[in-house]
Amino acid sequence: MIHAAVSSQNAPGRIVPPTVLQMRGIYKLYGQGAAEVRALDGIDLDITAGEFVAVMGPSGSGKSTCMNILGCLDVPSTGEYLFRGVDVDSLDRDELALLRRKFMGFVFQSFNLLPRTSALANVELPLIYENVSRKRRKRLALDALRLVGLGDRADARPNQLSGGQQQRVAIARALVTEPPFLLADEPTGNLDTRTADEIMHRLVELRNERDLTIVMVTHEPDIAMYAERVLYFVDGKIQRDGPPGEVLS
Amino acid sequence: MNSTDTLAMAGQAIARNKLRSFLTTLGIIIGVASVIAMVHLGQSATRSVEQQFANIGSNLLFVMPGMSQHGPSALRVSAEPFEMEDVAAIRREVPGILVAPAVSRNETVVYGNANQNIRVEGSTNEYFTVRNHPVARGREFEKAELSSGAAVCIIGTTVVDEMYLNTEALGSNLRVGRTACRVIGVLEQRGLSMGQDRDDVIVMPIKAVQRRLAGNLDVNTVYISALQDGTSSRVKREIESLLRQRRRITQDEDDDFYVRDTQDIMDALSETTATMTLLLGGIAAVSLLVGGIGIMNIMLVSVTERTREIGIRLAIGARSRDVLQQFLVESVVLATLGGVIGVLIGMAGTWLMTEQFNMPFVASPGVIVLGFSFSMTIGVVFGYFPARKAARLNPIDALRHE
Repeated sequence: MIHAAVSSQNAPGRIVPPTVLQMRGIYKLYGQGAAEVRALDGIDLDITAGEFVAVMGPSGSGKSTCMNILGCLDVPSTGEYLFRGVDVDSLDRDELALLRRKFMGFVFQSFNLLPRTSALANVELPLIYENVSRKRRKRLALDALRLVGLGDRADARPNQLSGGQQQRVAIARALVTEPPFLLADEPTGNLDTRTADEIMHRLVELRNERDLTIVMVTHEPDIAMYAERVLYFVDGKIQRDGPPGEVLS
Repeated sequence: MNSTDTLAMAGQAIARNKLRSFLTTLGIIIGVASVIAMVHLGQSATRSVEQQFANIGSNLLFVMPGMSQHGPSALRVSAEPFEMEDVAAIRREVPGILVAPAVSRNETVVYGNANQNIRVEGSTNEYFTVRNHPVARGREFEKAELSSGAAVCIIGTTVVDEMYLNTEALGSNLRVGRTACRVIGVLEQRGLSMGQDRDDVIVMPIKAVQRRLAGNLDVNTVYISALQDGTSSRVKREIESLLRQRRRITQDEDDDFYVRDTQDIMDALSETTATMTLLLGGIAAVSLLVGGIGIMNIMLVSVTERTREIGIRLAIGARSRDVLQQFLVESVVLATLGGVIGVLIGMAGTWLMTEQFNMPFVASPGVIVLGFSFSMTIGVVFGYFPARKAARLNPIDALRHE
């Protein structure tokens, strides 16, 4: 039902959005000779601005690897990856860091918050690397925490927060720099169903408010139903690509 | 990333592991503290020696019979003492000096119930000027007393105390050896010099000591003061050649007397101090090196421990240089903290030691700055390798690290 609401909002009356992510013939190989593993075996993929894409597939199918390459955390062995028309292969480490900072937000399965550091400080972290002034940083971080409904837990440390709250802090951290692109690697993998649904509702809302492009890896078909497009990976290849109803049936 | 944020981050990381941070910096603390303490103690000792020399009298030369053998043992072999004619010859032949011949003996001195062994110097009125030890109360010797060898004496303040003479010193009669001796003066207080109490002395006319106590006309020591600054080495040369002549020493023989210049002693002392400083500097350098390795070791552990954190930082947009900076600043802050604590401990130690040994407390800002900058340098040098290791991590490998 929620999915229906989302797609109906996006489908009609919209100017064709530009392609933001483009992969051409992407291979990722591990090992050599007989032990060679093709984590990605020739991926061609286009994602347009504002799309909500769920990436599914069995373990070892290459969905996480694809995600890491999309997030510029990893580089492909061969192939071309264009981010907003820029060949990522031509960028050096610092330019990639800039790209991640300005354009991408990451949410991980294991939350990956800094331990013994307050929620507020965790959310402020990306802004520190942007050289945002202390005062403005605090305000932006508080805004982001309010956005995920944790405005009153700013001083709590990760170990004082529940899993769902921690993941919301992580989402606040990912969105505090207002990136156009959010990458989520099994964001609900460590959460119970009710909390997972909460998080997904929040993500869908945020996406509609901010016109985010979201790529999310997930195991669970229920979670994938929130997306408008599902990529199903098998053995390093995209086996199926389409609306969740179609792909998951 | 601005410097305040970097510093704050380093502070948090250090505060998170207080005990470990402290143990890490212990090497630096010990190294810096020992450098600071040693250098300052050396300077205090030098200052103290200088003060004592100013006290003894500047441009002072001691002429004594005896041979100083070469080599490390520097044994002195006794030789013929001087005669009064030698002293007269020095007065006659060497210009621009003040000469005080002296006979020095230890005698039992008795006054009332007090009984002490005290150094007795027989000399002339020049003694008070040459040894920079003037008469504070009473008077110097009269000509007649000197020429007749009268039993009169001028005593140091320690003798006044030892003999319980506080109120009635002048005019009292002390028994010095076998002679009764009238006190005609009290010397100015001088205090310790080279571990010797300069006030524990009785000065008598030289003839009185020779005739009444020694029983011969020998002269053990000639104290000489060069009247003009910077002439002491010339005076020394002239006295040496004069005495060689008078004592009939042939060309290929060594001197059977020696002339000691206070400058010589100062030079020897400063040479010793320099050697000690070098030695201690070496030890300090080694301990700082060990301290630096300690820091490097812990920083490497820290980088491994925090690999995941580094991954998170890289994922959210930290550049390699931000990570490098973070870890480098952390190690520099650690090392500098060690430096600060080390300087404090070193200064406290110096203060305690100087109090204990009655030396002047010298604080040298140069050495303190050197201690700081050395520890900071250690932080940079030994922090760089671990920091670079952190900065070079691959984001995805770092994130996957367990």
